[in-house]
Amino acid sequence: MAKTVSGVLASFKYEDCAVDAIKGLKSKGFKDLTVYSAAPNHLIEEALDQPVSWVRAFTLIGALTGCAAGFGMSIWMSLDWPLLVGGKPIAAIPPYVVLGFELTILYGALSTVAGVIILSALKSLKGRPFKPEFSDDTIGVFVPCPPEQRSTIRLFLEGVGSEEVTEHGA
Amino acid sequence: MTAMLDHTPKMTHAEVTRDVVATLQTPSRGYYLALFGAIGLFLVGLGTFVMLLKEGLGLAGYNPPIFWSVYITTFVFWVGIGHAGTLISAILFLFRSPWRTAVYRSTEAMTVFAVMTAGLFPIIHIGRQWIFYWLLPYPNQRWLWPNFKSPLIWDVFAISTYLTVSTTFLIVGLVPDIAAVRDKMSGWRKKLYGALSIGWTGADSQWRHYTRGYVYLAALATPLVLSVHSVVSWDFAMSVIPGWHGTIFAPYFVAGAIYSGIGMVMTLVIPLRKVLKIEHLITEYHFDNLSKLTLLTGSILFYAYTMEYFVAWYSGNTFEQTTFWMRAFGPMWWGGWTMIICNGFVSQLLWFKKIRTNLTALFVISIFINIGMWFERFVIINSLGNDFLPYAWGRMNPTWADWGILAGSFGWFGMYFLLFARTFPVVAIQELKEIIPMPRRKRGAH
Repeated sequence: MAKTVSGVLASFKYEDCAVDAIKGLKSKGFKDLTVYSAAPNHLIEEALDQPVSWVRAFTLIGALTGCAAGFGMSIWMSLDWPLLVGGKPIAAIPPYVVLGFELTILYGALSTVAGVIILSALKSLKGRPFKPEFSDDTIGVFVPCPPEQRSTIRLFLEGVGSEEVTEHGA
Repeated sequence: MTAMLDHTPKMTHAEVTRDVVATLQTPSRGYYLALFGAIGLFLVGLGTFVMLLKEGLGLAGYNPPIFWSVYITTFVFWVGIGHAGTLISAILFLFRSPWRTAVYRSTEAMTVFAVMTAGLFPIIHIGRQWIFYWLLPYPNQRWLWPNFKSPLIWDVFAISTYLTVSTTFLIVGLVPDIAAVRDKMSGWRKKLYGALSIGWTGADSQWRHYTRGYVYLAALATPLVLSVHSVVSWDFAMSVIPGWHGTIFAPYFVAGAIYSGIGMVMTLVIPLRKVLKIEHLITEYHFDNLSKLTLLTGSILFYAYTMEYFVAWYSGNTFEQTTFWMRAFGPMWWGGWTMIICNGFVSQLLWFKKIRTNLTALFVISIFINIGMWFERFVIINSLGNDFLPYAWGRMNPTWADWGILAGSFGWFGMYFLLFARTFPVVAIQELKEIIPMPRRKRGAH
C-alpha cells in the first residue's frame, strides 16, 4: 500500500471554478498539482501551462528506426542470396519503398504508444487520492502540501467554488 | 462551428456515461439472436475448413485458369471493409470533424475484425496452413529469403502493419473509456475493467502525453489507410493480365474500399443503435454525413469503372478490349452489371437528403453496397478467365466449399463485433464529453 501523500483534494462541477482554482494555486506557488478530468480540457491545459509532451521524440525515433529497418532488411536479405528476378537489380530501391514505408508506420506507431506509457508513468500518482466521479462529470484538483497548510488551501478552494474539499495524509 | 454546435448532443457528461455504460448491461433478445446467428455461420465455416484440411483444396472450385477464386474475392472484400474505420477515426480526427465522435469506435472495431477476417483467407488458400509462417521474412535451411520485389510480400507487410496499427489505435482510444466504465461497475466487473484500464485516472500528466500521442498515431495511420489498399491493388496491377494491368488501380481500390467500409458501417450501426438504445447518440445527422462520404467515394468508383472501359477502348489493345467486352456481355455478364448497378447507380440515390436521412432506405442501400463490392472483386478476379490465349480461357466454378467459407467469414466477423459491442463502449465516452461543454458558473467566463 502506497503511503498517502499529504494534501487537499477538491471536486468541481463547474469548469471555470476549477480553472480559477488552478490559476490561483499556481500563483501561490503550488506547482505539483494533479488535475483529474473525464476528457481532455483545453482550459485546464492552458491554466496548468505545461510544456509540450516529448512523445514526439519517441514517434520520430521509432519511425526513423522503422524506415531504416525496412530498407535495411530488404536490401541485406536480397544481397545475402543474390537472385536475379525479372532483370531488376539485386537490391532494387523502388519496390523496397513499400517495406520501408510500412515499417516506418509500424515502428512509429508502436514507439508512440510506448512513449505515452513511459512518459505517463514518469510522474507517479501513487498515494494521491482519486474519486470515481472524476471519470464521469467532475474535475478533481489535488494539491500536495504539508499538514499545516491544508486548512488555508481548503478555505481557498471552497472560496473559488469547489463542491467538496477533503484533506488527505497523516 | 455553428453547425457543429447544433448537432452536439444535448446531454450532460453524467448522462453520456450513464447511457453508454447502460449498453454493457443485460443485452436484449435481439442481441442474442444476432450472436447465435453469427456463431451458427461461423460453425458452418469451421466445418468447411475442417473438410478442406481433410480432403484438400480440390473441394473448392479451383478451376484453371482461375485457381484462387471466391477466397481471394472475399479476402479483398474484407480488407476493403476494414478501411472505413481508420478513415473515420484517423483522417476525420485530423480534419477535426466533430460528427465522427459518435460512430468512430464501432467503425474502428469493425476495421480490426474485418482485417482479422481477411487474414484468414491467405492461410486457408495456401492449403498447408501449418507452414503459413513461410510468408514471413524467415529463411529456410538454405538461407533463402522471400522475394521482396513481389507485391504478395508487400501485402503481407501492409496487412500485418494495418492490423497492428488499427488494433493499437482502437485500444489506445478505449483506455479512458474503460476507466469510465470501471468507475461505474462493481464486483468482478470492476476488477476486470480496472485491470484493462491499466491505471488510467484521467490525471493531467496522463492526458498531456495521451492527447499528443493520439494525434501522432492518427497522423501515422492516415497514409497507412491509403497505402494498404493501394498495395492490395498492386497484387493485381503489377501483373500483365488484361483488366488488371492499370495505373488507375490504386486510387480505384482505395475509393472502393472506403465505399464498402462505410456501407458495412451502416449495415452494422443502423440495427445496433436500436438494439443498444443509443438512437439519441448516433442520430440522422451522423448517417447524413456517412452518406455524403459514401456518395463521394461511390462517385469516384463510378468514374473509375467508366475510365476502365474508356482506357480499354482507347488503348486499342485487343486483349484489354476483349476482357472488358466479356465483363459486360460475356458468360459472367450478370456479375459485371451487378457491380455497376449496386455501386455506380445505387450510390447516386444519396444526392437526395430525404434518402440520406431515411434509415430504412440507407440500410437497404448499404446491403446493395455490400453485395456490389463483393461482386466488384469477383468480376476483377474473373478477368483471369479471358487472358491472352482463347485456348486457355475458363470460368470460375464456385462449390459449396467456397460458399461455406464465405458464410463462415461473415459469422466470424459478426461474432467478434457483437461480443465487442457487449463488452466495450461502442460510443467513445471521452470524445463525446470533449465536444459537450462542461457547465460554467460564471456566464461568458473565459
